[in-house]
Amino acid sequence: MMWFNLAKAQSFMPSQATEIAKQVDNLYGFLLIISLISCVIVIGGMIYFVFKYKRKTANDKTAYISHSTALEFLWSFIPLVIFLFVFAWGWYVYHQMRAMPQNALEINVLGKQWAWEIEYKNGYKAVNEIVVPINTDVKLLMTSSDVLHSFFVPSFRIKQDVIPGRYTAVWFNADKLGEFHIFCAEYCGTTHSGMIGRLKVVSLEDFNKYLEEGQEEGALPLAKRGEKLFALKACASCHSTDSDAVKVGPSLFKKFGAESVMDDGSKVKVDENHLRESILEPNKHIVKGFPKGVMPTFQGQLNENELNALVEYIKEMK
Amino acid sequence: MASHAHGDNYINCEKGLWSWLTTVDHKRIGLLYMITVMTFFLIGGIMALLLRLELFAPNAVQGVGGVLKDGNVYNQVMTYHGAIMVFMVIIPGIPAILGNFFLPLQIGAKDVAFPRINLLSWYCLMAGATLALLTLFFNKVDTGWTFYTPYSIRTGASTVLMVLGAFIMGMSSILTGLNFIVTVHKLRAPGMTMHRMPLFVWALYATAIIQMLATPVLAITLLLLAAERLFGVGVFDPKLGGDPVLFQHFFWFYSHPAVYIMVIPAMGVVSELITTFSRKVIFGYTAIAYSSLGIAAVSFFVWGHHMFVSGQSETAGIVFSFLTMLVGVPTAIKMFNWVATMYKGSISFDTPMLYALGFLFLFAIGGVTGIMLATLPINVHFHDTYFVVSHFHYVMVGGTLMSLMGGFFYWFPKMFGKMYSDSMARMSFVFTFIGFNVTFFPQFILGAMGMPRRYFDYIPAFEQLNKISTVGSWLIGIGFVIALITIIQGLRKGEKAPANPWGSKTLEWTVQSPPPHHNFDVEPVVTGGPYEYR
Amino acid sequence: MSTDNTHAAGTAHVAHHFKDATQQYESGKQGIWLFMMTELLMFGAIFVAFAIYHRLYPEMFAEGSKTLDWKMGFTNTLVLIFSSFTMAISIAFIQKNEQKKAIFALATTILCGAVFMVIKYFEYMHKFHLGLFPGNFIDVAKIGAEHANIGMYFGFYYAMTGLHGIHVLVGMGLITWVMIRTIRGEFHSQYWIPVEGVGIFWHIVDLIWIFLFPLLYLVG
Repeated sequence: MMWFNLAKAQSFMPSQATEIAKQVDNLYGFLLIISLISCVIVIGGMIYFVFKYKRKTANDKTAYISHSTALEFLWSFIPLVIFLFVFAWGWYVYHQMRAMPQNALEINVLGKQWAWEIEYKNGYKAVNEIVVPINTDVKLLMTSSDVLHSFFVPSFRIKQDVIPGRYTAVWFNADKLGEFHIFCAEYCGTTHSGMIGRLKVVSLEDFNKYLEEGQEEGALPLAKRGEKLFALKACASCHSTDSDAVKVGPSLFKKFGAESVMDDGSKVKVDENHLRESILEPNKHIVKGFPKGVMPTFQGQLNENELNALVEYIKEMK
Repeated sequence: MASHAHGDNYINCEKGLWSWLTTVDHKRIGLLYMITVMTFFLIGGIMALLLRLELFAPNAVQGVGGVLKDGNVYNQVMTYHGAIMVFMVIIPGIPAILGNFFLPLQIGAKDVAFPRINLLSWYCLMAGATLALLTLFFNKVDTGWTFYTPYSIRTGASTVLMVLGAFIMGMSSILTGLNFIVTVHKLRAPGMTMHRMPLFVWALYATAIIQMLATPVLAITLLLLAAERLFGVGVFDPKLGGDPVLFQHFFWFYSHPAVYIMVIPAMGVVSELITTFSRKVIFGYTAIAYSSLGIAAVSFFVWGHHMFVSGQSETAGIVFSFLTMLVGVPTAIKMFNWVATMYKGSISFDTPMLYALGFLFLFAIGGVTGIMLATLPINVHFHDTYFVVSHFHYVMVGGTLMSLMGGFFYWFPKMFGKMYSDSMARMSFVFTFIGFNVTFFPQFILGAMGMPRRYFDYIPAFEQLNKISTVGSWLIGIGFVIALITIIQGLRKGEKAPANPWGSKTLEWTVQSPPPHHNFDVEPVVTGGPYEYR
Repeated sequence: MSTDNTHAAGTAHVAHHFKDATQQYESGKQGIWLFMMTELLMFGAIFVAFAIYHRLYPEMFAEGSKTLDWKMGFTNTLVLIFSSFTMAISIAFIQKNEQKKAIFALATTILCGAVFMVIKYFEYMHKFHLGLFPGNFIDVAKIGAEHANIGMYFGFYYAMTGLHGIHVLVGMGLITWVMIRTIRGEFHSQYWIPVEGVGIFWHIVDLIWIFLFPLLYLVG
């Protein structure tokens, strides 16, 4: 299988983080080589003939070769055999992809415009981040609350559409520690391309710790959770929280309830809805004196609970 | 050919805009289609350039929103690019322009069977396109050209108008197909047996069958989608117990055969070009002719390969993968037979032949990547990534559009009675061909790396290849601008074309250029095959 | 335009691109049948959708089906079958150059179409009166339906009968058109292909109803 992997190295496939990924890549490597050979035959043959039989005089005579049953049979039969071989190999790998393991760790995934909401068995919820233990069968039970999405982890070579009104499932067994991208692969509207999550593969101990901490965090008061999020999302690098000092963006200290002047001259009272808008659509209204387009949107990256927590935290900056 | 007096051909036999808008002459209708399709191609092409421009850099670099401001605008442009190119350019492209013009000429008929229905089908295309493009002035549609439910039910766009436009354009396609089938069956000249028909006619015939059988299903699907939006009938809406995936089954039951509506005529054109410019009888006429029918037949049973990750059963996936592999066989036969035709030929490098060779090159790549996509586990990884985008552009642009251009430059002298500048036309080919590969080859790699399609923004790892791809799109743009200049120059100042500049053997070259109003002054009698280069 | 060549009465119009009347007749007939095939495929697809959901929700479909009055549907079936008969004999009359009788038969056919539409109108009105609207417009609580997604049944009902109704209207228009041309004396024993084409269309519309009726009204 060495030459498959050689082909694989040239094929720009993402890192292989599951056993299935390696199998898919072997098949892909085989196909790449076969494809290369057939392209060389067809395109090479074409180029060779084009130069060999270039028109020499205006009245060239050509051979009258209308057909050859043997040849035509040969070049339909050989491709057919190759195609069937590839099909059977594909079937074999695909069957492993689709056969759900028994006793897998189940995690619920909810796709919605435009975020992945994750819920673990112990009730802990996270957004756009799945943490799983290494070398464990994990089964994701997925559904959507609005339109079609598709759960795609390139490094695992898995993809499954997420459909409103029913469950679909996908499984994997990661054998590599690290962080991998989750993309939404089915077009779902405005921020389809922003519906990106992370899949973290950690050791079993770290996984258990993560779940415990997560559960404890869920029990914290709202403002405390907001404080944690504020740190996590690095909001403090642009907004000061304990003085009027201006960093990149306006200070949030004692802002709640006050009035802000916007760049179009209008005055806005800083209330819950204004804060919400400023987090989700930061460039819609800009506070006077600050440039547009600096703050990234958090649309799709925060769920309602997290928004509540953040707003509550900002309210309490007194 | 003896010189003819003023008013002796189809172009100058009648004058005035009105004579064109009410014409029932298949040649004039072909030109009407040509103007229409070229206009839509220009609009769709500009949109493609905008999309590539937006993807030149991730937004983190460009600041929020690139050229297209935000994801919504991008999604709208992406939708119109797809809808225009599919429904208004590639589907009508070869059959309605070249097919309309040359099918009757190639079988020695004076017109298609139903000339007035032929004109009606042009008006259907115009009406449908107008409806669809009207949405640009209301809530622009952002569903993607596939109208997947339930997004297309929920979005605030004027989807109904767009969908009705596509419905009426479908009518146009059906009527053209109907006309071609009856023409082929009933209007062949004496001696023109089915097995003496040029391969372009065979290809159009196979295409017409698909148009007739597949389009009605699209029609009802689109009507149900419109009803879904207007009355919420619940057929595709999970809220009422409907199944959004059923829409995909219905949609691809049409739209997969539809890709063969787009590509089989292109194969027909290439068969003509290769035999003419190799000055040699086509290798394996029967195999090429019947493989078109074979592709047409199998094309109806492979729609599920668009849905390997949609949640359909494992068995369904396996069956569809198997059948898709089978489509590869007739396609492979064609490829090998074309190459074999060149063996011991006398090959010239006129512009149309360059396009045909370009077709073979690009279609070979499109074909092998198609086999990769048909392989189940690989499809799971590539599905809805740029790999798919690249694959179908290789087949649709590299295949169909290359062949349309080749066919156009081949028949240009016949259509207009003038020659174009060969060096200019070659230059347009070089730019499009190189630009095409620079644009789309990196997209295979992007797809393998995992970049999903329909993305307005991407992670930094994808930046380099996207930059290359965008630069390539400019080269394609230049190529088509040069082609346009070549055509306009040829029309204005081109030398007078002889009746048969390439030494072709098919019937359309036996009449003067441009052809007379009724095609044949004397009904031709056919005594042999279409490519008797002896 | 030579396509509009009018020859003396009693011989056929032959458009310039046809060799003779036979070729023209055969082409026309093939074209019409091909078009009918597309019609059947279009309705075929909606039948498939109906079958799929009928299998998924048999009880809901049964409940919906009970609200339909099979007597009205049956009357309509008889009316359409009769109209198919009058359509067919009108062609026979034209072939025998008995234009007066043909015109009478065609007029009867149009009348039957109208009767069909009137009955359909009363059926629809009755349903609207009861609040049996399609999909989103239905108020399940108000009509006291057992199944919350009963709107889907009425979605199918209105979509299928509505599409069929549109075809009946188009058919009536086409029959009116050939009737006027018959009155003008354009059809005779040598030339009747438009009448035959419209006739085939009308039979197909009739045939579709013969499938629709049991599916919607009888299959519980």
